Amino acid sequence: MPDFSTGFTGNAAARARPYGQWLAAATLVLLAALFGWLLIDVIIRGFGSLSWEFISSAPTDAGRSGGIWPVIVASLATLAVCMAAVLPIGLGSAALLSGVFGAPRSSLGQRAVNGCRQSLDILAGVPSIVFGLFGNAFFCLYLGMGFSILAGGLTLACMVLPYFIRTAEHALRSAATTHLAGSLALGLRHSTMLRRILLPAALPGLFAGFVLALTRALAETAALLFTSGYVSRMPESLLDSGRVLSVHVYDLAMNVTGGEAQAYSTALVLIITLAVINVLVALLGHYWQQKLNGAPQ
Amino acid sequence: MNNSTSLASSALANTALRHSPKGHDRWLFLLVRLCALLAAALLLLIVAFVATESGQAIQALGARLFTDSGWFPGADASGQFNLTPMIVGSLLVALLAMAISLPIAVASVLFVHSCSQPWLVIAYRRAIELLAGIPSVVFGLWGLVVIVPLLGQLQAPGTSILAGALVLALMILPTIALLADSALRAVPNELRLGGLALGLSPWRVVLRIQLLQARSGVIAGAILGLGRALGETMVVLMVCGNVVQLPTSIMQPIRTLTANIALEMAYAGGLQRSALFVSGLLLIALVVALIWSAHRMGRGYA
Amino acid sequence: MIARFTSISLPLFTALLLSACSQPDRQQLTITGSSTIAPVASELARIFEQMNPDVRIDVQTGGSSRGLADARNGLADIGMVSKAVKETDVVATLLARDGLAVIAHKSNPVAALSSTQIVQIYRGELEQWPGSNLPISVVHKADGRSTQEVFLKHFKLQPREIKASVIVGDNEQGIKTVAGTPGAIGYVSIGAAQYSSDNDVPIKLLPLGGVTATVENVQNGSYPLARELNWVTRDMPTGLAAEFIEFATTNTGSEIIRGLYFVPVN
Repeated sequence: MPDFSTGFTGNAAARARPYGQWLAAATLVLLAALFGWLLIDVIIRGFGSLSWEFISSAPTDAGRSGGIWPVIVASLATLAVCMAAVLPIGLGSAALLSGVFGAPRSSLGQRAVNGCRQSLDILAGVPSIVFGLFGNAFFCLYLGMGFSILAGGLTLACMVLPYFIRTAEHALRSAATTHLAGSLALGLRHSTMLRRILLPAALPGLFAGFVLALTRALAETAALLFTSGYVSRMPESLLDSGRVLSVHVYDLAMNVTGGEAQAYSTALVLIITLAVINVLVALLGHYWQQKLNGAPQ
Repeated sequence: MNNSTSLASSALANTALRHSPKGHDRWLFLLVRLCALLAAALLLLIVAFVATESGQAIQALGARLFTDSGWFPGADASGQFNLTPMIVGSLLVALLAMAISLPIAVASVLFVHSCSQPWLVIAYRRAIELLAGIPSVVFGLWGLVVIVPLLGQLQAPGTSILAGALVLALMILPTIALLADSALRAVPNELRLGGLALGLSPWRVVLRIQLLQARSGVIAGAILGLGRALGETMVVLMVCGNVVQLPTSIMQPIRTLTANIALEMAYAGGLQRSALFVSGLLLIALVVALIWSAHRMGRGYA
Repeated sequence: MIARFTSISLPLFTALLLSACSQPDRQQLTITGSSTIAPVASELARIFEQMNPDVRIDVQTGGSSRGLADARNGLADIGMVSKAVKETDVVATLLARDGLAVIAHKSNPVAALSSTQIVQIYRGELEQWPGSNLPISVVHKADGRSTQEVFLKHFKLQPREIKASVIVGDNEQGIKTVAGTPGAIGYVSIGAAQYSSDNDVPIKLLPLGGVTATVENVQNGSYPLARELNWVTRDMPTGLAAEFIEFATTNTGSEIIRGLYFVPVN
């Protein structure tokens, strides 16, 4: 409840913290406590069976014992397929949407750009399970890829594409605001300008988009249930079915009696990986920022 | 934000228009257009495919998809295909999660901003960003192993709407907080300083000036969080019990549209499979409605 | 740099695609369907692969309906169906026999339930365990699962009469739910249930009509709730599929089936 007594009575009253602020502080503590509970729970239960052998061996007895190596390999392969599809399409789209090639020359073109942006906005909100449905119908059945890492990776690519484009568009646009006019005045071709000036300047932002898409893809489960399948053996080609880390967590938690310890360990591996990626990116961003500030290119 | 981007793009338009592409620039232009076309066509492709697959059920069942006597699907029309309990379930769990999450997220953001300690704001933001990346299946696992047995002591077996809403609330909290935080940051500093100069306490400034200015951003965050909760599959599949029914209390189990797809897609065929694609279509429609309302509200307050 | 990006990532992508399409020179067999048969099929496949190193067998679960559908449209070479097959457009080969066990938590003091009581429990007419005030959590299988179909048919229950507290998919999920809930009741394949309870999972198998739920009683025909486990193929099995189906009937195959608490054909 806001209290009306303290607001306008000068500094002394301002220094005393109103109830509302204490309440808000309490919610912050609550929030920290809840996430602390979640993370500590995962660490405590997951740390027990975490070892190098867990990382490097294959699961046995439906995952109750053994490790997760084939699952890690399948995850990496799925991510590779996903990002190989996202990068070229995403960069191209972001370049167009950011306007570095100039604004559309006709109202039709303008409408197309607006439509593209709107459709990407909606795409970013579509539930992941719907991508799973689409991937199953389109990649697995229509294109005949079956339950495979290829189908799973491409499904993930559809899902994370809007995240990448949005961040990349923003990065290219802000790079263009400072560099575009100057480089065009020098008579550079668009391609040269893009390659030599805009992309290097926008690299930190593009990288951030890349990582955002990567981490989203790594965390996804629902979209993969019906596209890359459950098979937990070592994949030998991209047309093999492969089980990724998050699907492994789900399967152990839901379908394997006595699989909880291993589910927690796998979850811990997943969280640590995501945390390490995040910290590395933060450090790298800091480094880039300093480099850009120190020696403007 | 909007202002600056439109300024920038009009400046871009002025410089770039005079420079028409030559030589291999043309190929680059073409390539870039192609990419954008592909990206834009993706949504159409998805809607088209999901709609085609739903066609069979829509044609054969029509309004029966909402009026049948329950969900007892089969491969042909002799089954019962009522999606209404699952639509209600989805909305109920998501709204409850949002109602729990929104006050906590906003209050914590307000507190952090009212402390006027830059390190606290940055630390909070970093932490929230990190938490926003936790995979939903980890929330599901935690809910299944920790929250469900706890609620089970109140009323067995504990898999219920409440369990789903609690875990989902925690899951969408970082999303809402991130948007509220960036909305607060976008409020011009002059307003804050002006408020302080008038002798208002930092808390009042945050509550009465910054939050008021940032309300459209906060609402956008709430809607985004609602969308995430609505579209979430793993958490609800793992902790909600998956019983198809119209619930009479929040301690009852329920099945959502997303969980229904995940549960039955593995073996569904014929009309049942088609009906699951109808659920997908409904989910897309709900998301479009949410985004549209977010736009409307954003415009109303801007 | 866009050019460089595309010049790097496009070939990479095509290379990925190509490597994906150039499968190693191996024979592959895909088996999908019933989650009851899947553990048996996986174990059979593992031994079969050891004996034939050029063969890869992928086993995916999803339920009997999926096994039937996949075998029919050619997505799978063999489908697994855990009930008698009425359909005439596919070829069914009997693999083993199995029973359905009604299971409860190990700590539950109730030693047996009559058929009437089970029916009452699943209709929601009996909400507490007899002789205690422990509320019953009814664990039921999702629609379209053949385990559910067999169960309902035996007790002459209609799907819509069931008042369930939790709906599960696979056998393992049912066992896990019951093992985690002291007041729960569920039904799963005897094979899966006995395997779990022998491996220290806190569940117990309740007798049905005075007959204990064991493999022996399924074998001698005295257990009332028994069913067939079938392989399903689109046409008469040939080649690798025929070899694999044949392998299940050999002594080695029967041993594996028996080891997982099912009753082999011979």
